[in-house]
Amino acid sequence: MTKVSSRKAFTARLLECGRQDKSIWAIATDSRGSVTLNGFCDELTDQFIECGIAEQDAVGIAAGLAKTGKNVFVTGPACFLAARSYEQIKVDVAYNKTNVKIIGVSAGVSYGPLGCTHTTMHDFAGMRALPNITVVAPSDDVQTRWLTGELAKVQGPFYVRMGRGDVEGVYEAGESFSLGRAKTVREGTDVTIIACGEMVAPSVHAAELLKAWGIGARVLDMFTIKPLDEEAVRRACLETGGIVTVEEHSTLGGLGEAVSHVAAELAKAPVKTLGLPEEVIIGKNSELFAYYGLTAENIAAGAKALIGA
Amino acid sequence: MKQNLKKTAFAHRLDVLEMCYGHKAGHIGGSMSCMDILTVLYYDVMDIEKIKTKAADRDRFIMSKGHCAEAYYAVLAGTGFIGKEELDTFTAFDTRLAEHPSHKIPGVEIATGALGHGLPVGVGMALGLRDEAPKAHVYVLMGDGELAEGSVWEASMAAAKYRLSNLTCIIDRNRLQISGGTEEVMPLDELGEKYRAFGFEVIRCNGHDYEALGRALRTRHPGKPMALIADTVKGFGSPVMEDKAPWHHAIPTAEQYEQIKADLMKAMEEG
Repeated sequence: MTKVSSRKAFTARLLECGRQDKSIWAIATDSRGSVTLNGFCDELTDQFIECGIAEQDAVGIAAGLAKTGKNVFVTGPACFLAARSYEQIKVDVAYNKTNVKIIGVSAGVSYGPLGCTHTTMHDFAGMRALPNITVVAPSDDVQTRWLTGELAKVQGPFYVRMGRGDVEGVYEAGESFSLGRAKTVREGTDVTIIACGEMVAPSVHAAELLKAWGIGARVLDMFTIKPLDEEAVRRACLETGGIVTVEEHSTLGGLGEAVSHVAAELAKAPVKTLGLPEEVIIGKNSELFAYYGLTAENIAAGAKALIGA
Repeated sequence: MKQNLKKTAFAHRLDVLEMCYGHKAGHIGGSMSCMDILTVLYYDVMDIEKIKTKAADRDRFIMSKGHCAEAYYAVLAGTGFIGKEELDTFTAFDTRLAEHPSHKIPGVEIATGALGHGLPVGVGMALGLRDEAPKAHVYVLMGDGELAEGSVWEASMAAAKYRLSNLTCIIDRNRLQISGGTEEVMPLDELGEKYRAFGFEVIRCNGHDYEALGRALRTRHPGKPMALIADTVKGFGSPVMEDKAPWHHAIPTAEQYEQIKADLMKAMEEG
């Protein structure tokens, strides 16, 4: 499979959608380069707003534009967009239910070498706690392309988080998905790995390692973090021996806790949550994934230990 | 709907008094200071029939100083967006009429109450309207204390950059905020100069002069957003409250209530 970054898949598809539908507008926060929005900005000039380095303003403007019937994609690095403008997201977007798609790129530890200011470990937690907002983290370019086409059609609010670098493909072109439904990437009945975003690809590799050890792992791509596909979690609890969650986010408030909440009510299966601790060290994202144990080997070892195999 | 604007404004000040005194809630001082601005907008300047039918080319009003919701509610009731009897539900359990306005209330474009949000949203609306509905105008009412929020100035830069001549931001310049005078809390100094520097066309007028407000709110400047600095008196209408910081959100005693009511009725009758 090819390696393409989600942000590039997003902007390529958004440009196609924007050509067809003049109600689609994009907003940048001096981030057209980092989001890879230059094509949209250059071609669809009348549908593009540059706010400068002003995330609060960008999200407020997005809400105002949406109130005039536009389908607005407000974009920028997730570290700023999901933090600096959190109150605008809470009030102007979530509470007011405006048709705004907040696109946070270079999330998680994508900007690892840039230091603590540029990490995004908190966005799932923050967004999950707001009303009315759907939270999505696509896992590869195929899914991102599909998701962007959906966002061009459905009403917001949405928060979408993407990484920065090229990611390993998980899906063949043309694969189908459904918002709010986990995508089963591998079938298995011994243990379940539930992952999102860039953690889906290593989870698939973990399932392959487990298979070599004689353990059948189910892999669920939980790309919609909210609303969570609770039924898929319940089935995993009842049909497999335990759940390992994997996310490029704090273990507090993200996918792991969302899954644990459902699993705790059933009390049928143990859950192990893998993610980022409350510690920021500097390094490339591949180095940080290795350090924090967000690797196929560690995911597989965790799953094996969880079910006592 | 031309009518005696002063009578109307003071009748609505009486509504505000009843809501605040009756429910022991609200921000009475700022509601009294911005009432004439709201009255002129809703009874004189904006085409409210278009707002009622949600016409795409309607004018938009954003109550960025959302804490003065009771003033807004009185005007929305007076102009038929909501029933007057609903004012009695102000802050009651499961009401639509909280101390800050919700978008679920007919006529309210967007819920507000967190300060510094209205102008960015107004800039977005003005951007969305300028080509498709060039006659529609966006009005954003802000308090002067609110201007300490950085997002106001982010949006001011964007309004000038995009030459939003279909946008007017109105500042209820009553010079008081919850902690005291605006010039002590965070000085605004020569506010008009600030707005001019940010690329606005600036008008300053007496915010209790109906004719001056009407003229100012109708003024447009090609290629520039408007800033209307409306000089007002916090608690306007009764010497009990006027220009006194504690009346930001004080609740009148029974005695004060009677005195304020008498003062407001006298002004209303003078028309």
